[in-house]
Amino acid sequence: MDIPFFAWPFLLGITFIIVFFIIISIIWITGLSGIDRVRIRKNFFTVKTFQAIWEVFRESLIHRKMYKRNPVLGYMHMSFAFGWFLLIVVGHIEAAVHYHTLNFPFWKSIFFRYAETNPPVTFIAKAFSAASDFLLIYIFSGVFLALYKRFNSKPFGMKKTTHLKTGDKIALIGLWLIFPTRYVCESITAGIYHNGSFFTQPTGNFLASFLPLQSIELASWWVYSLSLAVFFFALPVSRYMHIPVEILLIFVRKYGVRLKKHVNGYTRIQTFACSRCGVCLDSCQMIKANINNSQSVYFLKQIRGRKLNDEQLFNCLLCGRCQKDCPVGLDLNDLRITQRIESTKTYNSKYDYLKGGISPQADVVYFTGCMTHLTPSIKKAMLNVLDYANINYWFMDKDEASCCGRPLMQAGQYEAAKKLIRNNTEKILSSGAKILLVSCPICYQIFNEDYKLPGVKVMHHSEYLLELVNQGLIPTIKLPVNAVYHDPCTLGRGSHIYEPPRELLKNYLSLIPMKQEKEDALCCGGSLGNIKIEMDERKQIRDDVLDTFKSYNPDQIITACPLCKKTFAMGTDIEIHDLAEVVWKGISRKEHLDKKIRLPI
Amino acid sequence: MVSFGFELLDSKRIDYNKSDGRLLNEILEKEPSFKRCISCGGCTATCTAGSLTNFNIRKINLMLRHGQTEGLEKEISKCMLCGKCFLVCPRDINLRNVIMLIKKGVLKYNTEKKKI
Repeated sequence: MDIPFFAWPFLLGITFIIVFFIIISIIWITGLSGIDRVRIRKNFFTVKTFQAIWEVFRESLIHRKMYKRNPVLGYMHMSFAFGWFLLIVVGHIEAAVHYHTLNFPFWKSIFFRYAETNPPVTFIAKAFSAASDFLLIYIFSGVFLALYKRFNSKPFGMKKTTHLKTGDKIALIGLWLIFPTRYVCESITAGIYHNGSFFTQPTGNFLASFLPLQSIELASWWVYSLSLAVFFFALPVSRYMHIPVEILLIFVRKYGVRLKKHVNGYTRIQTFACSRCGVCLDSCQMIKANINNSQSVYFLKQIRGRKLNDEQLFNCLLCGRCQKDCPVGLDLNDLRITQRIESTKTYNSKYDYLKGGISPQADVVYFTGCMTHLTPSIKKAMLNVLDYANINYWFMDKDEASCCGRPLMQAGQYEAAKKLIRNNTEKILSSGAKILLVSCPICYQIFNEDYKLPGVKVMHHSEYLLELVNQGLIPTIKLPVNAVYHDPCTLGRGSHIYEPPRELLKNYLSLIPMKQEKEDALCCGGSLGNIKIEMDERKQIRDDVLDTFKSYNPDQIITACPLCKKTFAMGTDIEIHDLAEVVWKGISRKEHLDKKIRLPI
Repeated sequence: MVSFGFELLDSKRIDYNKSDGRLLNEILEKEPSFKRCISCGGCTATCTAGSLTNFNIRKINLMLRHGQTEGLEKEISKCMLCGKCFLVCPRDINLRNVIMLIKKGVLKYNTEKKKI
């Protein structure tokens, strides 16, 4: 063996991290459910593998999502990941071309300049040499940005950043040292043997003018190898573990593995794929209420450290803003709900008092939900519209109303929620209805996600009213009102319904476009997802959102969720309406106009 | 006991020998807003589970404050956690957290009792 001593730290480091990653991947994959393992096996030799590789290229190397969020942040990550990747690839090709074989010692491609000291003669050799110098400059630009980010993170689109642990700091020092030391030792070697290119050669010549390069050459390569080793050995205890785990996550996700309602190997993979970048801190509105310790990044950190407590676990609005912004694409809401299920599974309710019974036959089942009962104007408007359009409906929770189960699900009371789901399913199916009309997005989400209602179409009232308008069953009239539309979290990010409410509202009033809409909509602060937040803190979040709305000078604020309406209504003088109310107001106004009765607006 | 010609029903009497304040203290510590309760009964009036059963949060509050934890587990399990109670509460009490703490606490203190 002619491996120089200085290469050993690097070789040990890379072997360690590869073995470690293989072992931990096996543990996690065997921890998946049986069906998920079948999915992986079935999809392994299909096009999905190539799709996953493409996604790894796009997200782990190019960092496309990061670019979309902030170009500078994206460039910084890309220069590190893609630059380093190319440096390794170019190094290997260069070595393969030089030795005319693929079977050359591994260390020679990493420490190529040390191994081959003859100056490049052919055009190809010169090109490779120049390419690796160019890549080094490219990575340097990223290193400088990263250093700058430590002092000022504003240009990177991040107001807040996470605190580093000891392991992170060690790995970070290793990572930052790798490229400068490589530059220095390649320059030194170039100064002695003249085998550098446009970047390392001049530096080498300059160093040669005042340094005894021969005596420090080996030491510099030692430093390079050691900084690589430090990075690899510190990887498992640092945030940079997300680099290999994210690749695993992309593959497993592509094969169709999904989060279940209990903790398993996939939850572990997602937990460790978090890069602790802190993007979720900026997305989180709870910061406005000075809640700084329960955001997704800290919550995942607690799971990893097995230090999760109820105070932080339940202190989250489940609004989904962090999930939308997460560059790794983690299912942050479901991860939290899964942990809540795990945490509360010893005390679930049975609800023995729920009665079945035969439901009246109808075409449409109307389920208002608890929150609409608290905002009777929405309920009245909906009933009026349904009567006006002559719909044969059954008002399911008119008197003896049971809850849909979503609040229980959000609180982790999965078994309890299942009891309510079973009872409601029986009632809905026995009515023979084809449509389940819901005027609360919270209910809408669980009816879609966790209920099995064959032959029944679940519709939010925004979709249903739009259909009535399109069928000509209810009239439209455009009133001189400028309004902003607030996307409720559960309807928007939760159920991806953005357009039907807007299309419906355009028939009755003018909408002011906002920056904070659709996927970027704000949470009203009233969310049932948070068990721990105090009313005062909710009010702070709400007031901040209302201030945002006010900056657009709307005459009215329109929403599609009774809870959002109730939350906002308590904090402002601006009129807050649900879209059902807007529609009913429009219908009644039109009726009056048709009868030629003058009414004040 | 001396008879004065009238009697108190057991259900109207607080027996301090049986009183167990541990759960109440834990809840007051973890959810201080519960201190503000004025027993107005707004929560009970709007309660979803209350429309289906005799579930009564106000009664649970009284039971807790009397240190009467017997039967609390069965009573609290009727709650559906829909959240109407905290929205109507004039004292802004985070009742959903109170309910979750009772659910968890009842179990904890009942098992402790059994161990003794």
